[in-house]
Amino acid sequence: MRKRIAIKDHHQEIHLINQRCISVLVIMILLIILLIIRLVHLQLVNHDHFTTLSKKNWLDLVPLEPTRGLIYDRNGVLLADNIPVYSLDLLPYKIANMPSTLAEIAKIIPLSDDDIAQFHKELKQHRRFDEVTLKLKLSEDEVARFSENQYRFPGVRVKAHLIRHYPFVNSLSHVLGYVGRINMDELQEIDATNYSATNYIGKLGIEKYYEDDLHGTVGYEQAENDASGQALRVLNQIKPVPGKNLYLTLDSKLQSFVEQALAGHRGAVVAIQPATGQVLAMVSEPSYDPNLFVAGINNKEFQALQQSPDRPLYNRALRGLYPSGSTIKPFIAVGGLDAGVISPNDTIHDPGWYKLSTSSRIFHDHKRGGHGIVNLYRAIVTSCDTYFFTLAHNLGIQRIDAILEKFGFGESTGVDLEEEIAGVVPSPAWKRKVKGASWYEGDTLNLGIGQGFMQVTPLQLATGIAVIANHGKRFVPHLLLAEQQPGKSLEMQTPAQQDPVNFHDPNNWNIVINAMQGVVTAPDGTGFRFGKLGPYSVAIKTGTAQNHSIKNYNADEAFSASAYEEQSKLPEKLRDTTLLVAFAPVEKPQIALVVIVENDAGASQVARQILDYYLIGPPLVVPVAPVNPTKVQGNPHVVH
Amino acid sequence: MSFTNVIKNRLTKPEGGGSGYRTFWQYIHIDVPLLISLLLLITAGLIILYSASSQNLQLIEQQVFHIGLGLLVMVLFAQINPLTYQRWALWVYLLGIVLLIAVLIVGHVGNGAGRWLNLGFIRFQPSEIMKLALPMFLAWHYHRIHLPLSFSTVIFSGIIILVPVLLIAKQPDLSTALLLIVAGGTVLLLAGLSWYLIGAFITLGALCAPLVWYVLHDYQRQRVLTFFNPERDPLGSGYHIIQSKIAIGSGGLFGKGWLNGTQSHLHFLPEHATDFIFAVCGEEFGFIGNLILIIIFMAIIGRGLYITMHAQDTFTRLLAGSLTLTFFVSFFVNMGMVTGILPVAGLPLPLVSYGGSSMMTLMASFGILMSIQTHRKLLTT
Repeated sequence: MRKRIAIKDHHQEIHLINQRCISVLVIMILLIILLIIRLVHLQLVNHDHFTTLSKKNWLDLVPLEPTRGLIYDRNGVLLADNIPVYSLDLLPYKIANMPSTLAEIAKIIPLSDDDIAQFHKELKQHRRFDEVTLKLKLSEDEVARFSENQYRFPGVRVKAHLIRHYPFVNSLSHVLGYVGRINMDELQEIDATNYSATNYIGKLGIEKYYEDDLHGTVGYEQAENDASGQALRVLNQIKPVPGKNLYLTLDSKLQSFVEQALAGHRGAVVAIQPATGQVLAMVSEPSYDPNLFVAGINNKEFQALQQSPDRPLYNRALRGLYPSGSTIKPFIAVGGLDAGVISPNDTIHDPGWYKLSTSSRIFHDHKRGGHGIVNLYRAIVTSCDTYFFTLAHNLGIQRIDAILEKFGFGESTGVDLEEEIAGVVPSPAWKRKVKGASWYEGDTLNLGIGQGFMQVTPLQLATGIAVIANHGKRFVPHLLLAEQQPGKSLEMQTPAQQDPVNFHDPNNWNIVINAMQGVVTAPDGTGFRFGKLGPYSVAIKTGTAQNHSIKNYNADEAFSASAYEEQSKLPEKLRDTTLLVAFAPVEKPQIALVVIVENDAGASQVARQILDYYLIGPPLVVPVAPVNPTKVQGNPHVVH
Repeated sequence: MSFTNVIKNRLTKPEGGGSGYRTFWQYIHIDVPLLISLLLLITAGLIILYSASSQNLQLIEQQVFHIGLGLLVMVLFAQINPLTYQRWALWVYLLGIVLLIAVLIVGHVGNGAGRWLNLGFIRFQPSEIMKLALPMFLAWHYHRIHLPLSFSTVIFSGIIILVPVLLIAKQPDLSTALLLIVAGGTVLLLAGLSWYLIGAFITLGALCAPLVWYVLHDYQRQRVLTFFNPERDPLGSGYHIIQSKIAIGSGGLFGKGWLNGTQSHLHFLPEHATDFIFAVCGEEFGFIGNLILIIIFMAIIGRGLYITMHAQDTFTRLLAGSLTLTFFVSFFVNMGMVTGILPVAGLPLPLVSYGGSSMMTLMASFGILMSIQTHRKLLTT
C-alpha cells in the first residue's frame, strides 16, 4: 500500500517538475526574444545612429592619477617624496620599423640589454595604441640630447612622471617600506576604477598599511582625440583628489643617529615614548635602499640583497624573534611581587647552581661560585639566575604565562604595520602542539631567565618596557602621528590605550624600577659596560641570547670581563647576541628603549649613545657632562 | 584477457538490468552534445577574448589554463554518482556555511581578504561552493518529502536560502548573493512553488525595493539611477552603458571584423575583457555574431533541460534543472546589462569573460549534469 502511494507520488512529482520545466522554457524563450529584439533595435534599426556616434567618439576618457600623499616625520622632515623623472615612451603603432628605431635611439641614449628585453616584454602586454616605456629615469643630459633629435622620431617622446623617492635611503626602509608596480595578485584586491591611472602601490611598511589614505582618488579628463587617439583638446575634467599626507611619530634625527650607532652590526633598535606609545625610532640593521624597488629592481641587485648573509631585507625590529634573555627578569619580578611569592627583603643563597628536588639536572648560574646571599634588588642588579630559577619554580608556569601575556608578549602589539609577527610565550599547551612534547619543570626554570622557548620581537620588548616605565599604563605602539588632507588642517591621532597592568600594591613598580636603576649604579651591576651615570636617571636591564654555550653554562650573561674575552675569540656568528632594555629619565620617562645587537657585546654602548643623544643632545655639539651625583634622586648606589 | 577486451566487454555488456548498451562516452560519463556545445562556446570565447584583451597573449594563456583546469574539474565531477551527491548534500551545505562564517571571521581579522579563504596550498571563495551546495541541499530535501510544497517547507527553504545569502551579502558580494537566491529560487520554482506565492514574492520584492535602497552602497545606487537615465552621468557610471551601446550598435549586421573594433581598442569600452565582453563581440562580429553566441548558449540550456526532463528521480531533476536555470540567468543578466535592458550588475558572461573562480564552479555544475545524464541507466527506478 505504501509503495503504491510512493510510486504514485513519484509520477506525480515527475509530471509536476516537467510541467514547470516547460513553463520555464517558455519564459526563457520570451526573454531571449526580448534580448534579440533589443539587438535588432541597436544593431539594425539604429545602426547608422551608433556608427555616427562611434566615428565621432573621439572623446576619450583619460583617467588622471592622483598624487600620492607625502610622508613626514614628527618634526615635518620629508621622508617620502614624489619627484619628477623623465622617461622615453614609444607609441608602437606609429613606428614602422621597430628594430631600426631602437638602434637609432641607442645611438643617442645608451640602452642596456635589460632595457630592451624589458621593453619587448611590455610591448607584448600592451595594445597597439598604448605608450610603452623604453627607458625610465633619463638624465638631464639624455633629455637634452633626445630633444635635439626629436624630429627624427615620430611616435617617440620624452614624458615626465612623478615617482616615489625616499631621501633617507637606507635609514627608514624597514619602517616606510616602499611602493612598486602593481602585480597580478594586487590587481585582484584593488578597486580597478580608482587605480586605473595608478602604476604603483604600497608593498611594505607604512606605504602598504596606509595605502588607502596615501593613494587618493582618481580623476578623469574627457579629451577630444584625432583619429589615431592622440588628444587634441580637453573638454571636461574631474580633478583627482591627492592622497593624504602622513606625519609619523618617528624622529628622523634620532632614527639616523641610531642607524649610525648600529652601523656595522646586525641588530635592531626600537624607541617608544612611554606616555603615548608613539614610536620614536625603529631601526633594523643592515638595511637596503628602497628606491631600488620603486623603479623595479633588476634581478642581480635583488639576488645580492636576498643572498647577503647579513639579510638586509629582514626587518629585525618587527619580525626578528630573539630569546629575551635576562631582559625578561623585571617582568617576572613584578609578577612575583604581585603574586606574593616574594617580597623585596626575602633572600636566597646562591651557590652558583640550582637543582630541582625532583630531578638530578643542575641549572647553572652564569656566575661560577654564585652570588651568595641575594635579595630581589641584588638579583636584578647582578642578574642572578639562581634567584629567578627559584622564583620561576615557586610561581609555576601558569602564573608566569599570565604575567607575560599581561605585558603583551606572545601576541602582536597592534602597531600600524602589517608584517608584524607575534613571538612565543611558551606554555604546556603550546609545547604539546608545536613540539609534540610535554612540559617539564626545567622548561619553567629556563623561561624564568628568558631562555628556552621564549621568543620576543624587539618591538614587543620595547612595548613591554614602556609599560614598566608607565607603572602599568599600556598604549598600542603606533607610527602615525597625524594625517592631513592636502589644504586642510592636521587630524591628530589619539593614542590607543589598552587594559593596564594593575597590581595589588602599586609600590611593586618602584621596587623593580629601583633595582633596574641599580643595574647601572651599583658597582657590580651588569650594566657596567653602559658607563658611568649621566645627568639623567636611567633604569636598564641587560640580557644575552646565547648562540654558543661556553663551558656548558646554560644561563646567560656574558658580561664579566673573562667571559667577554672568551666570546671575542669565537667566530663572529657564534658569539652571543646582547640585549638591553632601558627607560629614562626614571621620574618622568621620555623614552623606552630596546637595543639588540646580534653576535656582539655592544648593546650597552649603543644604548648609552642613543639615550645621551636623545636626552642631552648630539655628542659633537654638547660636551659630555660631568657626572653630578646630586642630580640623581633616590638612589643610594651612586657611582663615584 | 587483454585490456582492450576488458574495455570492450564493459562497453557492450548491459549492466544492472538497465535498458540498452553503454557507449564509450557513457562509460567515461561524458555527455557528448553538452561537451560539444561547451567546447564551441569556449572556443568562441577565446577568439573574442583575444581581441577584447588587445591581443594580450599572457591573458589568453591564463584563460586557457583556467579552461583546462575547468574541463578537468568537469570530468571529475561527472564521475561521481548522483547518489553520492544526494548522500553528501546536507554535509556539503553545512560545510559551505561553516566556511562562509570562517571567511567572514578571517576576512575581519586579516586585512581585506574579503571573499577568499586561504588554505595555504589553495585559495578559493566559499561562496562558489555554495552555488552548488544550496541547490543540492534543497533538491535532496524535496526528494525526501512529498511534493507539492507545503507552506512550512517554503518557509524552511527560505531560511536555508537566506542564511548563506546574508553571509555572502555581508562580505560584501551582492552579485553572488543575488545569484544564490536565483540558484535556490529555481529549485523552489521547479518543485512547484505555487504561482500565487511567486506572484506574492515578486509583489513583496517590489514593495521592499524602496527599503533596499537604503541598504545599497552609494556606487550601487548610482548604477540604478544611471540605468534609468544613463545621460545623467556620462563621465561616471553612465559612461559604461553609453559606450557599450555604441559599441554594439556600430557593429551592425556583420560587425567591423575581428580585431577591428574601435570602441574597445581605443579604451572607450570599459572592462572589455570581463563584464563587457559581449559588447566586443557585438562590435566586431555584429548581429550575426551575437545571434550565433546566443544560439550556442541556448544549445547548452536546451541540453540542460533535456537532461533535467530525462533524469530519473526528483533529486536529480531538481538539481539539473536548477543548475541549468542558474546558468541561463547569469548569461541573460550579463547580456541584458551590456545591451542596456538591465542595470549594470557586475556579473561576467559565463565561460567567455576572463576569470578563473566562477569558471571552476560552472564547469563543476556541467560535470554534475553529465553525471546525472550518464549514470541514468544504473539507477533503479
